[in-house]
Amino acid sequence: MSKIPVQRVDLIFEKITCKEIFEKVLQSKPEEIIQSVIDSGLKGRGGAGFPTGLKWQFAAREKGADKYIVCNADEGEPGTFKDREILDEVPEKVFCGMAIASLAIGAKIGYIYLRGEYKFLVPKLENKLAEFQQLMQDLGHDFRIELRLGSGAYICGEESALFESIEGRRGEPRNKPPYPTKSGLFHKPTCINNVETLVYTVMIQKYGAMHFRELGTKDSRGSKVFSVSGDTPTAGIYELELGMSVREFVDVFGDGDTKAVQVGGAAGFCVPRKRFDETIIGFEGVPTGGSMKLFNSSRSMYNVLHNYLDFFAEESCGQCTPCRVGCQQLLKGIEAVKKGEKSHKYLDELVKLAATMKIAAKCGLGQSVGNAFSSIVENFKEEIIY
Amino acid sequence: MIINEELVKEAVKKHGSSRAALIPVLQELVAGKNYLSDLDMVEVAREMNLSAADVYGTATFYSFLDTRPRGKYVIRVCKTISCSMKGKNAILATIEETLKIKLGETTADRKFSLLETNCIGWCHKAPAILINDEPYTELTPKKVTEVLREYIKQ
Ligand SMILES: Cc1cc2nc3c(=O)[nH]c(=O)nc-3n(C[C@H](O)[C@H](O)[C@H](O)COP(=O)(O)O)c2cc1C
Ligand code: SF4
Repeated sequence: MSKIPVQRVDLIFEKITCKEIFEKVLQSKPEEIIQSVIDSGLKGRGGAGFPTGLKWQFAAREKGADKYIVCNADEGEPGTFKDREILDEVPEKVFCGMAIASLAIGAKIGYIYLRGEYKFLVPKLENKLAEFQQLMQDLGHDFRIELRLGSGAYICGEESALFESIEGRRGEPRNKPPYPTKSGLFHKPTCINNVETLVYTVMIQKYGAMHFRELGTKDSRGSKVFSVSGDTPTAGIYELELGMSVREFVDVFGDGDTKAVQVGGAAGFCVPRKRFDETIIGFEGVPTGGSMKLFNSSRSMYNVLHNYLDFFAEESCGQCTPCRVGCQQLLKGIEAVKKGEKSHKYLDELVKLAATMKIAAKCGLGQSVGNAFSSIVENFKEEIIY
Repeated sequence: MIINEELVKEAVKKHGSSRAALIPVLQELVAGKNYLSDLDMVEVAREMNLSAADVYGTATFYSFLDTRPRGKYVIRVCKTISCSMKGKNAILATIEETLKIKLGETTADRKFSLLETNCIGWCHKAPAILINDEPYTELTPKKVTEVLREYIKQ
């Protein structure tokens, strides 16, 4: 690989002994644990990027003994596959992160919600979980983790839909507020974090908040695991420091002919070649849950957009009209323009519809369809029309 | 329509009859008999003290909780962008040819069903499919034929 402005990091997959770290954490007060996570600047790695320490603090401040830790392992965003690798390679670090969170907020039960597509991981996870449960018992920490499986519904990655699913219902997102830290799983205070976020909290306890904070930029501290796919000779999973530009990324991972990078999956943004230099991968630019998909000049961006819209139309839970109808209309709309049944001006109407969905849809799914839609339509109009 | 009261009773015994056990129970049934018949769902509703409509409504939300008869091996071909870019159509065509069924169909001997699915998390090793719980990645028409041959033998 080239001389890298893109800095490789090895925190997530580093093999460590969780026992030592957890013993150390057991000596700390909950406020100290939370403060260290706040100081690290860690933001959620599941996509939305909420500051993890603050989330823990909100949950810790809630009264009552019934609280839950939930590990979001639903990983359904197209182009994201790093949580699978983390759970496969270092499952005990994920459990350890949940246990640290349980100390911080005062919870006794944790759930891992694993997407059904990853069911093949279950025997291994159950074995590792049994060992971990024993460790908790030996160390005298009252915390139990249960494993739940999804059944092929992308929307169940949305936190409140995920709670509904664990509770045995259709995975339909709830209204917010109240937020999960106030009313989450079984309507109790809940701290839900992505797989990767939880592992970072372990490494922050191991190396200290400053070690993490020194990586990355002011708005995007630390590193992140990227899932790289598409037209690249080096598809795979890479942990990189945050704050690189798309140009730097493409220089390392591109095939020499990259015309666009979809950052953040179907729910993310399409960055065209002319914006590679100015676009930072991180919360100050284009945020990502890790999905980085490269497209070279042989690809039709119409096909790409059509594929994403088909995905959303299928995965929309159908609960609210802007999203249920909007996804279908966007899909039909670009098909009609392509066939010449509608003039290219109709695309402007569709962009407006996508903007309306952003305001009117109930959850992040419907709200984010417009990201890919508008960024692809605006940058690759000719490809959509002709 | 096939109903399996024993399976239902066992699943409810294993997971309990609280509402939160509903999806694990349904998952267990699908793992055992590949799909949920109407009568299965009625039986689950009775065992768990829920309305049949509620059980049906929950099951049909989830694409992996099939409510139509499926074969012993359910093949799900990923159709999301990376797999689609990297030759998914050729894989699908090869499977159709080998098993002599079209997308959405089940072989006459009830051994295989062929479906498409959304991103299964193997984009870096596209194209990928699931056969029941098992992922197969970096497929070529030749490789998928070999995989299928092993299943046909079983
Ligand atoms: C449609 C949709 C799908 C989502 N899927 C996931 C997912 O698969 N994994 C995940 O960690 N977060 C997902 N999220 C974000 C979660 O709602 C939530 O913000 C996240 O789990 C919080 O954890 P974090 O703060 O550690 O990122 C999704 C959100 C939406 C709107
Ligand atoms: S925005 Fe879409 S996925 Fe979200 S609640 Fe509305 S219909 Fe369901």
